[in-house]
Amino acid sequence: MEKPILEVRNLQTHFFSEKGTVPAVDGVSFSLYKGEILGIVGESGCGKSATSLSVMGLIPPTSGKIVGGEILFRHGQKNGEHTEDLVQVDSKRMRQIRGNHIAMIFQEPMTSLDPLFTIGDQIIEAIRNHRRVSKKVARQKAIELIKSVGIPRAEEIVDEYPHQLSGGMRQRVMIAMAMACDPEILIADEPTTALDVTIQAQILDLMKKLNQDKGTAIIMITHDLGVVAEMCDRVIVMYAGKVVEEGPVRAILKDSHHPYTKGLIRSLPNLRERKKRLYSIPGQVPKPGSIKMGCPFAPRCEVAFEKCFKQNPNLFLVNNDHRSRCFLHEKERNAVHV
Amino acid sequence: MSKPLLQVKNLKKYFAKTGGVFSRKIGEIKAVDGISFTVNEGEVFGIVGESGCGKSTAAKTILRLLEPTDGEVIFEDQDITKLSQEKMRQLRRHMQFVFQDPYASLNPRQRVEKILEEPLIVHGVKDKNERKRKVQEILEVVGLTKEHGKRYPHQFSGGQRQRIGIARALILNPKLIIFDEPVSALDVSIQAQILNLMKDLQDQFGLTYIFISHDLSVVKHISDRIGVMYLGKLVELADNDSLYDEPLHPYTKSLLSAIPEPDPDMKKERIILQGDLPSPANPPTGCPFHTRCPFRMEKCEKVCPALKEVKPDHYVACHLYEETPVN
Repeated sequence: MEKPILEVRNLQTHFFSEKGTVPAVDGVSFSLYKGEILGIVGESGCGKSATSLSVMGLIPPTSGKIVGGEILFRHGQKNGEHTEDLVQVDSKRMRQIRGNHIAMIFQEPMTSLDPLFTIGDQIIEAIRNHRRVSKKVARQKAIELIKSVGIPRAEEIVDEYPHQLSGGMRQRVMIAMAMACDPEILIADEPTTALDVTIQAQILDLMKKLNQDKGTAIIMITHDLGVVAEMCDRVIVMYAGKVVEEGPVRAILKDSHHPYTKGLIRSLPNLRERKKRLYSIPGQVPKPGSIKMGCPFAPRCEVAFEKCFKQNPNLFLVNNDHRSRCFLHEKERNAVHV
Repeated sequence: MSKPLLQVKNLKKYFAKTGGVFSRKIGEIKAVDGISFTVNEGEVFGIVGESGCGKSTAAKTILRLLEPTDGEVIFEDQDITKLSQEKMRQLRRHMQFVFQDPYASLNPRQRVEKILEEPLIVHGVKDKNERKRKVQEILEVVGLTKEHGKRYPHQFSGGQRQRIGIARALILNPKLIIFDEPVSALDVSIQAQILNLMKDLQDQFGLTYIFISHDLSVVKHISDRIGVMYLGKLVELADNDSLYDEPLHPYTKSLLSAIPEPDPDMKKERIILQGDLPSPANPPTGCPFHTRCPFRMEKCEKVCPALKEVKPDHYVACHLYEETPVN
């Protein structure tokens, strides 16, 4: 079997506040294979963004730290196959990897573009940070990139400022910039949440095309299960800093095993049929670290039993590639040790 | 046949666009450009559209939180656009508003019981004990306890804050509540709780709702009839099933086809629109949608189509349906 290009093992990222330590990412493990689109879903505060920032080495050192685990990035043949642990590398090396091998786009494209520089300046900077090319060549490449993400009038847009573009266009520019050095991995953190539906459809379409044409592996972080169904090959579902379910997209959406995933899917309003009432998961999303003992979902779970409040379940294998962190699956299957 | 509670007739709201050194008026932004619809007693009327289509402006103009530029708003046989400010204030106890952002719409320095008491004071409930009793009652109605009344807004989660927003709207026993994107800022599991609460309250108190959202699946869930807005105009108006099963306007069609559905087996034909929403400050001539429409004809660039009934209770503003009635 093919080796993953990114392997996260037992990642623990903590944030420090006056009130104490917040374990935002609490032992997360997953693999990303070449050319696939992996979805990370969960509600606010589940640790999905903290996971992606950890991979990018962008956890602000003043407030948080990766306290444990490994992030193994496997270089392909053109760099003489070898693995690097991104938790261990120094900040200089991380700067070389970021943008060049792993790139990221964010939810709000306006806040991630510098309003004082033209679109061209910003893409040229991204190129020249990693490639030794002249400004002229970089500019030409920037124009090509802008064209490749479907922006008309590329020659004029390079000299325009971010505020002159619409939200959808800005997100296209972000994607162009992220793709500037042909990264192996693109991390997209809620890339379409701030956009309208018709614009979202355009951006998802574009990302899918990049994935197919260039073979870029994508980590798609989202709270929208519709986007997941549309885009992803595999999905991990996060709750309170932990992976609670993991599997191929069909298995997760059609045959979910974890009570949280089930509840999440059932609580969505449906376009096909109109129900009188929606199912709703009782209670609220817990603050990270607020549940000290037992399964973090137990207080909201309708099928929780005594053990759930005392011990934290492991991920159990329910099917090929399909794992669920719930004691309900304990007897029949074997625990996957992570 | 239920009787109309609210009739909106050719409602317009233009904002002045100013510029130059002296901030002279140099143009108009037609945020709401002549919309008409009727909301019947006891129904949920949904308004959908993308950002900038004027749906929130329409809501605010209906309650005269913004003064309409033109048109009539008839609430219970009375044109409220002609009322004095004082009369309007008194009338607002029957027409309440719930905002999108429960974080921004609650005063952070007041306890919840004070926030909920204020509308009662404004509308002349003089007895202090009665006010107190009502506040406790309403907290329980929206699924909170009276202990919650002692807390400040920041001590609540987003879902709870939206419950407080709903309680504040409900406490005066209104006839009509306008919800502007009430669940957009909430997580999925919390969104379902709030939508259920809204339904329960409607049944319990016989309320009429106007529900504004960009999320078509949420609007589908809650609304009886739905209007689709694009650049300040209503482009389609129909009952729930009719709109979702058989959308007529090309914009509605593409909007519905663009929603990602949480079912990997659902392979639907997607109409991906080209280009962005035009700016309402500089709207296209003719039909506002013609710049992005896959079915545009020559006529569309020149003449703006009117909203017409092409099937019983199904209205659409599109030249495609002008001559041939739909079966």
